[in-house]
Amino acid sequence: MVSFATEKKQDRNLLSRIASGDGHGENSSYFDGWKAYEENPFHPIDRPDGVIQMGLAENQLCGDLMRKWVLKHPEASICTSEGVNRFSDIAIFQDYHGLPEFRQAVAKFMEKTRNNKVRFDPDRIVMSGGATGAHETVAFCLANPGDGFLVPTPYYPGFDRDLRWRTGVNLVPVTCHSSDGFKITVEALEAAYENARKSNISVKGLLVTNPSNPLGTTLDRECLKSLVNFTNDKGIHLIADEIYAATTFGQSEFISVAEVIEEIEDCNRDLIHIVYSLSKDMGLPGLRVGIVYSYNDRVVQIARKMSSFGLVSSQTQHLIAKMLSDEDFVDEFIRESKLRLAARHAEITTGLDGLGIGWLKAKAGLFLWMDLRNLLKTATFDSETELWRVIVHQVKLNVSPGGSFHCHEPGWFRVCFANMDHKTMETALERIRVFTSQLEEETKPMVSTTMMAKKKKCWQSNLRLSFSDTRRFDDGFFSPHSPVPPSPLVRAQT
Amino acid sequence: MKQLSTKVTSNAHGQDSSYFLGWEEYEKNPYNEIKNPNGIIQMGLAENQLCFDLIETWLAKNPDAAGLKKDGQSIFKELALFQDYHGLPEFKKALAEFMEEIRGNRVTFDPSKIVLAAGSTSANETLMFCLAEPGDAFLLPTPYYPGFDRDLKWRTGAEIVPIHCSSSNGFQITESALQQAYQQAQKLDLKVKGVLVTNPSNPLGTMLTRRELNLLVDFISSKNIHLISDEIYSGTVFGFEQFVSVMDVLKDKNLENSEVSKRVHVVYSLSKDLGLPGFRVGAIYSNDEMVVSAATKMSSFGLVSSQTQYLLSALLSDKKFTSTYLNENQKRLKIRQKQLVSGLEAAGVTCLKSNAGLFCWVDMRHLLDTNTFEAELELWKKIVYEVKLNISPGSSCHCTEPGWFRVCFANMSEDTLDLAMKRLKEYVESTDSRRVISKSSHERIKSLRKRTVSNWVFRVSWTDRVPDER
Repeated sequence: MVSFATEKKQDRNLLSRIASGDGHGENSSYFDGWKAYEENPFHPIDRPDGVIQMGLAENQLCGDLMRKWVLKHPEASICTSEGVNRFSDIAIFQDYHGLPEFRQAVAKFMEKTRNNKVRFDPDRIVMSGGATGAHETVAFCLANPGDGFLVPTPYYPGFDRDLRWRTGVNLVPVTCHSSDGFKITVEALEAAYENARKSNISVKGLLVTNPSNPLGTTLDRECLKSLVNFTNDKGIHLIADEIYAATTFGQSEFISVAEVIEEIEDCNRDLIHIVYSLSKDMGLPGLRVGIVYSYNDRVVQIARKMSSFGLVSSQTQHLIAKMLSDEDFVDEFIRESKLRLAARHAEITTGLDGLGIGWLKAKAGLFLWMDLRNLLKTATFDSETELWRVIVHQVKLNVSPGGSFHCHEPGWFRVCFANMDHKTMETALERIRVFTSQLEEETKPMVSTTMMAKKKKCWQSNLRLSFSDTRRFDDGFFSPHSPVPPSPLVRAQT
Repeated sequence: MKQLSTKVTSNAHGQDSSYFLGWEEYEKNPYNEIKNPNGIIQMGLAENQLCFDLIETWLAKNPDAAGLKKDGQSIFKELALFQDYHGLPEFKKALAEFMEEIRGNRVTFDPSKIVLAAGSTSANETLMFCLAEPGDAFLLPTPYYPGFDRDLKWRTGAEIVPIHCSSSNGFQITESALQQAYQQAQKLDLKVKGVLVTNPSNPLGTMLTRRELNLLVDFISSKNIHLISDEIYSGTVFGFEQFVSVMDVLKDKNLENSEVSKRVHVVYSLSKDLGLPGFRVGAIYSNDEMVVSAATKMSSFGLVSSQTQYLLSALLSDKKFTSTYLNENQKRLKIRQKQLVSGLEAAGVTCLKSNAGLFCWVDMRHLLDTNTFEAELELWKKIVYEVKLNISPGSSCHCTEPGWFRVCFANMSEDTLDLAMKRLKEYVESTDSRRVISKSSHERIKSLRKRTVSNWVFRVSWTDRVPDER
């Protein structure tokens, strides 16, 4: 007769530590935001008081262009009468090299999104199960269990799972501060490297996301060079996650690490790797197109063998090959996407400016890094969490608190803007307006108006991006309400 | 290179094995009826290419599914955004029902216990990550699919300890072999976490008997370990016998909903039954909530493309299609297998009696110079380079007896198979006449015929291994 408690213990022993532990990261309290959204998702007609999803970094602004193209090109599908002659060839194609036309088209797309400043070799393109799969593969290739990667904070929470869960690799934070716009400094890198050494962690590489998630900032040429030099000097790898490459807007330009290594003499390219995906730039997360692009031949070879664990569906490879080979469409798509992102960014930032809410000046991404430090009771993460709960449950906006991104300073929130239509954005801004005016009412007797004005001024001046193009789009496409309740991690991924 | 992980610098991915080298040779010189009639015929690829016409016909009749539409409206945008690791509910439901249909609707599959994966390659690896620590072991009957060395061990750090099966009883799993393997693991200081079987078997093409399945369930029950049943070929069973799944056995033993049933996991895929390996559709089915939960989260590393899920949910929801397909698939496989078996017989070569899979387990022991694996490799090289047939040597499948080869039949046309058999016949006949033998050539041929006859007799006496043969 086995007691319940012993039985449970036996259960746990029957599964691996990986399976029974928390390494997947989904038990974090931050998932309360997702839960709140799922229990009460906003819909302009059915649920006007529901929670608006602003925690989902999806690019939904150009879905109409995509849909039009797909309808106009039935031959891109192997299932339509126009394309079915390729059905059997594609259906049996499981070669981990991938369809040559797919690799060529992706390489070309990567070049276009980097303003054609660099060439990408299709033979270095390795498939993976989204960027999620790509990161795990890279970790498996470059590090042994117990080794570490340096990662500048704040960083995408999914890295905790992707880089560490099944690989046993550690993440060592490189602390970045708002005082200099969260720049990655050599001092911070050295400090992190030293911390790792003290903890007996062998650092194998540095992972940067450029453009940054959650900041939306891009690395300038000098910074990129310093990162390449730092990693080269230390003999460690540099992994650049460029998943948001084509989300730059306005006048800003994206500089890829691929461009910078051309300018550095004696650069050890065996240490340079890029992770990419079509999930953000093209808004196709469902198709699971992840890419590992390495300058190290051995890594390409082995990552390719590992890609067996997450190949891109050949049906999808065929579609993407056709779509991305249509250069006119690609050029139009990239151009239009940037314009719409810029307009949406302008809409939200103008709204926030009007409310005296600060945000980090940024040039890319599907989100804003919003500054609510002055709304915290105390400069602590407990306060941040408290404020976050108010925003989720009372203001009914699911935003992502900086603590979930391992931000060093409390009070910052990531707010997504490309996953909703114009009306929803307006509603969200209105709710923020109501919230801040309520707060002002509450604090009025305690703080004089001149003090409030001063306070507003000090964090506004450094951070505001003045944007003259306030072009607005009335997209009119579907609401963020998903017909199927999504998995929390899926949303947290972004 | 210290800068790369040991996973990169070691050979644990297993791709230096002869199984893969044969593929490389084929790729350098692939047979083509018109362009390269003297090229190597690929018989090392377990693909099902016999029924594409059925799927293509279905596509022509179902423009909505084919065009990613619902009620005539494009749902491309919605699909493009759908990345929920729980999968498309319609797809999992259709997949569960398809799995039930393959098992004669004798058992039920709950869609909420299905975890999707990028092919069974990913499904098997994910299960290992869930059930084993680095250094833990799973017992596998030999011969087994060479890819397991990579899928189960490479990145997980798990170990495989073989359960030795021999031709003396048609490679069936015996209790003593199981116990021996378990003890061997203990000697090696490896903690055994479970047993993994492929049923129907790759490379044997045979189905596990009820006796074996009962033995396995009893074994894992007593040892408190897991049983993974990779049933990827469940829809390729031809002939009169029905496929008996481990789920059937759990039901018959009244073990559904028991503690034991939580330790039984089924792996499936659409790569073999439907012939769609390119689409990367794999699945784990488990009665253990924790396994389902953990595996679901892990599936983020290899989700099934949403456009593929949508297409297949429509295909598999069409019951008329699925029943026609399964029937026709069976028929065509049976005919093709027969063609291979007859062709081999004409060359004086026999194979293990089988009624499933996309291949035969061929006995070429009599063609070996010596009863060694070196001789097997020599023979294999001759077959690849001289006979120009890429077949898979038993040693690559960890077979304990030299001389067995896996030969595939479902990935080529009838004519190509004919040609392959002609080439083999010519080779065997020329080898017989060329052989330097201690006996006279006459006696040699006599003893060959004798061995062939005794193999026949041997095979026929195995009818008891197939309980429901009619």
